[in-house]
Amino acid sequence: MSALVRTDDAALAEAVGTVPPASPLAPTPGPSPAGRQRGFGRRVRTVVPPLLVIAAVLALWQLFVTVRHVDPQLLPGPNLIAHSTWDDRVNIWPAIGVTTEEAVLGMALAVIVGVVFAVSIDSFRPVRGSLYPIIVASQTVPIIALAPLVLVWWGFGLVPKIVLVALFSFFPISVGLVQGLASADPDAMNLLRTMRANRFQLLRRVRFPSALPHFFTGLKISVTYAYSAAIVAEFVGAQQGLGVYMTTAIRAAPIRTDLVLGAVFVIAILTLALFAIVGLIERLAMPWRPKP
Amino acid sequence: MTVRGANLELRGVAKRFSGNDGDVVAVDGVDLVARDGEFVSLIGPSGCGKSTLFNIVAGLERASGGHVLINGEELCDRLGASAYMPQHDALLDWRRVIDNVGLSLELQGVRRDEARRRALPLLQRFGLGEFTRAWPWQLSGGMRQRVAFLRTVIADRPLLLLDEPFGALDGITRADLQQWLNQVWSEVGATVLLVTHDISEAVFLSDRIYVMSPRPGRVTSVIDVDLPRPRTAAQKEDTRFLAVEQRLRHELNAAMSAWGEFAGSQP
Ligand SMILES: Nc1ncnc2c1ncn2[C@@H]1O[C@H](COP(=O)(O)OP(=O)(O)OP(=O)(O)O)[C@@H](O)[C@H]1O
Ligand SMILES: [Mg+2]
Repeated sequence: MSALVRTDDAALAEAVGTVPPASPLAPTPGPSPAGRQRGFGRRVRTVVPPLLVIAAVLALWQLFVTVRHVDPQLLPGPNLIAHSTWDDRVNIWPAIGVTTEEAVLGMALAVIVGVVFAVSIDSFRPVRGSLYPIIVASQTVPIIALAPLVLVWWGFGLVPKIVLVALFSFFPISVGLVQGLASADPDAMNLLRTMRANRFQLLRRVRFPSALPHFFTGLKISVTYAYSAAIVAEFVGAQQGLGVYMTTAIRAAPIRTDLVLGAVFVIAILTLALFAIVGLIERLAMPWRPKP
Repeated sequence: MTVRGANLELRGVAKRFSGNDGDVVAVDGVDLVARDGEFVSLIGPSGCGKSTLFNIVAGLERASGGHVLINGEELCDRLGASAYMPQHDALLDWRRVIDNVGLSLELQGVRRDEARRRALPLLQRFGLGEFTRAWPWQLSGGMRQRVAFLRTVIADRPLLLLDEPFGALDGITRADLQQWLNQVWSEVGATVLLVTHDISEAVFLSDRIYVMSPRPGRVTSVIDVDLPRPRTAAQKEDTRFLAVEQRLRHELNAAMSAWGEFAGSQP
C-alpha cells in the first residue's frame, strides 16, 4: 500500500516537474522535526496512562494473591502466570501460529463477504429491501450455537474456523460500508453527474472513498472478535491452536490455571496487535487525511 | 484555451416539486438569454429558485415546463453540455488539488498523468502553482473556490454555471476572487451564468443581470450593465458603477416587496 502511494507521488512529481516550495498551506511531505516531536509526545501521553492503570491492577492482584496465600490453582498471580507461560513457550508458540492463521484468514473472508453484501445491498434497491433484514436477523442467531454444526459440515480442519470467524465478523463491516456508501456528498455526486460520470465511476470516484472511514470503523469492531471466534471454534473441535491449548491446560491434573490465564493474556495482546495493524492499514489507505 | 461560448436561452422554464404537504412551485415562467461569451448573473433572495434553475440547465433536473435551448437546440440530455460549479465547492477530499482540477478529464477516460499535464499550466497560470500537491483540507476557503473554478474551466465547455462561487467567503477574499474570476473568464471566452446574492459582485462581473423574486421564482427585471471592460476594482468607486448598483438595489427591493404583498394577500 505504501509502495503504491509512493509511486503515485513520484508520478506526480514527474508531472509537476518541481517540488513546490514550502508554504504554510502546502507543507512539504514528511513531518518537520518539531512535528515529529509533538507526535511522539502525544503518543507517549496516549500510551502511558493505560499502561500505568494495567500495571497498577496487576500489582494489586499480585499483592492480594501473595498476602492472602491464594491457592494458585484457583487464582495464580501475574508473576506466576508470566513465568509458567514463558516456560511453556515451546507449546504456546505453535498454538499462536495456528490460531492467528484462522483469525487472519477468517477476517479476510469476512471482508470479502462484507464488501460483497454491502455493495449488492447498495446497488440494487430490491436487494436492499430483502437482504438487509436477513443480514440483521442473522445477527440474532447465536453463532456460538452454530459452531458444532459448522464443524459437522466442514470437518475439523482450517475451513470451519475461518467460516466461524467470518460469520462473527462480517456484520459490522457490511453495516459500516452500507452506511458509508449512503453518506457520500450529494453535491459531489451531482457534480460528477454533470461530468457525465456513470454509476461505476460514481462508486469508484466518490462513494467508495467517502465510505472508507465507515468501512474501517466496522473493520476495527470486527477485528476484536476474530481471535475469540477462532478460539470458540477450536473449543468445539480442533487438533491445534490456542483454544486446544487452553482446553488441555484445564483438563490437566492438577489443573493449570496459570497456563489458561497466560493464554488469555496472549489472546488479548494478539487482538491488540491485529487492531493496531488495521489502524495502520487505515492510515495507508487514506493518505489524504490529516495526520493524527 | 479559447473555447467559443454557447448561446443559452430559457423560455418559460418552470419547476414544480411535489412534496408531502402539497406542491412547491420553485420557478415559474423564467425567460433568460445568455449569448456567446456573455457574463450573465442571476440575483435574488434565498429560496427564489436560482439553484433549481441551474440544475435544470445543467441537466440534473427536468423542467416541469418551458424550453432550454443551447445553441438553438433543445437537448433531452443536457448533462455534460455545460460545466457546473456547485454552491459548495464539492472538492473531493481524497484527491490532491491537481487531481481535483483534472477530475472531469479523468472521467472522460484521459489517463491521470495526462490529466495532470493539462491541469498544471492552468494551476500555475492562475496562482495555484504552489498548491498542486496539497490536499483540499490544507486549503483556505478562497483557495478551495479557485480550485473548484479551475476544475470547472478545464473541461473546455462553452457554458459555465457558477452557483454562488463566493457566497461563503469574507469580503476581502471575495473582492480578490472577483478580479481573479474576471481575469480567467476573459482568457477562457465561455458564456457564464452566475448566481449571486451580492449586488456589487453582480455589477462588477456581469454584462446583464436578471433579478428574481421568490415564491414562485420569477424574473422581475433585467438590467444591462454597460460599463467598460476590462473592469478594475477602482471602477467600483465610479459614479456610473454606483448608479447601476443603486438601480439593482432598487429592483431587488421591488422584487422583495412585491413578494411581501403577494405573501400578505394569501389567505
Ligand atoms: N428537491 C426539492 N424538493 C422540494 N422542494 C425543493 C427541492 N429543491 C428546492 N426546493 C424548493 O425550491 C425553492 C427554491 O430552492 P433553490 O435551492 O433553487 O433556491 P436558491 O435560490 O438557490 O436559494 P439559495 O440562495 O439559498 O441557494 C425553495 O423553496 C426550496 O425549498
Ligand atoms: Mg442555491
